[in-house]
Amino acid sequence: MTGVAIVREYASKHPWWAAIIGFGAIVLLWMVFALWPAWLIDLIGKKKIFLSALFNGITLGGLYFLVASGFTLIFGLMRNVNLAHGSLYLLGGYVGYFVSEWTGYWLLAFPVAFIVVGFVGALMQIFVFRRMEGQDLRQTLVTIGLSIVFADLMLWSFGGDFFNISPPSWLSGPVETFFATGVKRSSGELIFMKYPVVRLAIFVASVVVGVLMWLLLNRTRVGMLIRAGVDDRDMLAATGVRIQLVFLGVFIFGAGLAGIAGVVGGTFQSVAPGEDIRFLLASLVVVIVGGMGSISGAAIGALIVGLAEQFGSVYFPTYAVVLTFLIMVLVLAFRPHGLMGSS
Amino acid sequence: MKKSLIAASMLAAGMGFSTTSMAADPLKVGVLATLEGTYTALGEDGVRGLKTALAEIKNQMGGRDVELVIGPTDASPDSAVRAARKIVEQDGVDIVIGPLSGSEGIAIRDYSKTQPGVTFINGISGAQETTYVEPSENFFRFNMDGAQWSAGLGDYIYNEKGYRSIATVGEDYSFVYTQVFGLVTEFCAAGGEVTERLWVPLGTKDFGSIIAALPDDVDAIYLGLGGGDAVNFLNQYQQAGGDANLIGGTIMVDGTVLNSKGDAKNALIGTPSAGPQADTWDDPKWQAYVKSYQDTFAPEDRFPSPSLLATGYYNAGHAVAQCMDKIDGDLSDGHAGLRSCLSSLELDAPNGKITLDENRQAIGTNFVSEVVEVEGGGLATKLVSMKEGVNQTLGIDAAAFAKIGLPSRDAPECKTSY
Repeated sequence: MTGVAIVREYASKHPWWAAIIGFGAIVLLWMVFALWPAWLIDLIGKKKIFLSALFNGITLGGLYFLVASGFTLIFGLMRNVNLAHGSLYLLGGYVGYFVSEWTGYWLLAFPVAFIVVGFVGALMQIFVFRRMEGQDLRQTLVTIGLSIVFADLMLWSFGGDFFNISPPSWLSGPVETFFATGVKRSSGELIFMKYPVVRLAIFVASVVVGVLMWLLLNRTRVGMLIRAGVDDRDMLAATGVRIQLVFLGVFIFGAGLAGIAGVVGGTFQSVAPGEDIRFLLASLVVVIVGGMGSISGAAIGALIVGLAEQFGSVYFPTYAVVLTFLIMVLVLAFRPHGLMGSS
Repeated sequence: MKKSLIAASMLAAGMGFSTTSMAADPLKVGVLATLEGTYTALGEDGVRGLKTALAEIKNQMGGRDVELVIGPTDASPDSAVRAARKIVEQDGVDIVIGPLSGSEGIAIRDYSKTQPGVTFINGISGAQETTYVEPSENFFRFNMDGAQWSAGLGDYIYNEKGYRSIATVGEDYSFVYTQVFGLVTEFCAAGGEVTERLWVPLGTKDFGSIIAALPDDVDAIYLGLGGGDAVNFLNQYQQAGGDANLIGGTIMVDGTVLNSKGDAKNALIGTPSAGPQADTWDDPKWQAYVKSYQDTFAPEDRFPSPSLLATGYYNAGHAVAQCMDKIDGDLSDGHAGLRSCLSSLELDAPNGKITLDENRQAIGTNFVSEVVEVEGGGLATKLVSMKEGVNQTLGIDAAAFAKIGLPSRDAPECKTSY
């Protein structure tokens, strides 16, 4: 089914909702592209602030997606809530810092972090999860234990300092975008918004990763195996597929993605003890909002959580922390399996 | 079998020997420090400061060996109380040194009231309320609070830097309220204007939108952030192309941030700030302390020079040690001797003389400084001016000071006289 057909079908089934969504989209586009009239600025502040919050929310969502997609993939296939996922993220950050510091090549940090963290993931799968297959509660408790052990090992070896991975010079600093935020009073020239290049790069990278994952899952034989495994892994095993290899592959891939996300997070935020818990919590919220086991759900969930955090921090800072969890509560109340989850 | 028996008996004999040779039971000292979360690096250096003090006194206080019991916290008040209950009620410590963070201090002051048999010496927490409102009889603070740490800064940026209007960004909790309190009272009294005060939750990682919301029509922006939050802010501020004049809060320009890995910290070069120390001060007593800190730990296990958190715990350790020596380590009087000694102690600290007021709150010396590059490529704070005898009411008449109200998100108002 093509995109147009989906929209047509949705519009014919839910005319009111379609109208509201369409109207909302038009208002949003107008707010992004038009110069704001004075009454709107009086109402909600400068356009620059709104546009930054919008962009920042989307780019932050990109980072959350990178972390949460591996998490949700592992859960979808193995029914295994890996609560040590945040530790894998943090490890990726540290590996990335040292690789880019020693070699001077920022881009090299990504494959190395993917391989190292993927390897740790493989060890976890072989030595821990394979030994307690099908025992969900035991696996969950063991991963909590592992996350505490990893956190202390990393604190012991890297210390409590803040590591901040420096992006190469072509990615640092801001770039002028083509979104006008105002008019200069003196000359009447348009003022264009400046935006950090590195955040744009992160967003593009996460879109590319998302598209590649979608292609892998929907267009390749391996993807077919994984999707079959998500639906019914016993039946898949019965057809002669070496399911343990599929599990191992998915675990390595999911862990490696967390490692890459660690490098990204270390570049535009910082790497330090405590980040593991924060990103574990963020991916849990993302996955609960989006639906456990669904990649598209992780993308939507990440976007919603990222936008909520950024708009919250600007427009109602006192309650920004609550907003994310409020969204989670609302989603759970109306769609207990998440926005894109299947019951 | 025989061999192991002999070994066991020798071990027993050895133990017997060591117990008889000791003058008295060891003194159990609990330490509360933030060893988890965004302030981990700060807590670690606080513990280093205390260990430096212990190394100088050969781990002896009043003739008794000191046994440290560490209570890790995460900067939240409930984690501090949990850790304090553990070290006081389970491990049975005699003295608690800590906590580190502002709101933890308020919680521990309240907890100390329920434990009259234990004496609490603040680590380095700096909320005003801790000693100003309903002070606790057995809670002593040998460091100044956040407002005292701002002393001299408002005048300096108004008169020397020529800033007339500023905006502030700070973490949303008691210590930063107290810091901004000190800055606003002095800067506004000098004639300056504080146009906007932005608050972010402690532990904020993504400052993208806050940075976009910073006003661009002010002379400078005051940053009341610490630890990982400070590093994240600076990193994203540079990426966004920010180029405003910055003013640093006390823990913003501390060694914990100035020694972070990466380039983000370079945005701070030249930033004026104020606090209880200036890293490169040439005073001999200060230099001796820096050397002692450097000698106690290997270079890879410490900062190039002690952070103010290390200094706070160091001073707290020495205050206890001096009073324990004076009373010969005897706490059998329900700590009465120790407490009366602490109350009247004049601590000759490396960062200036410290005495306590009637609320057991420090009166001391404050330092205005600027961030400079030092040899070897690192950053440190360089002394600009000193202000001695800074008390908790900041030299304002006590009744007038009480009228200003407690520090909060929007108190005090910006006025020319208080």
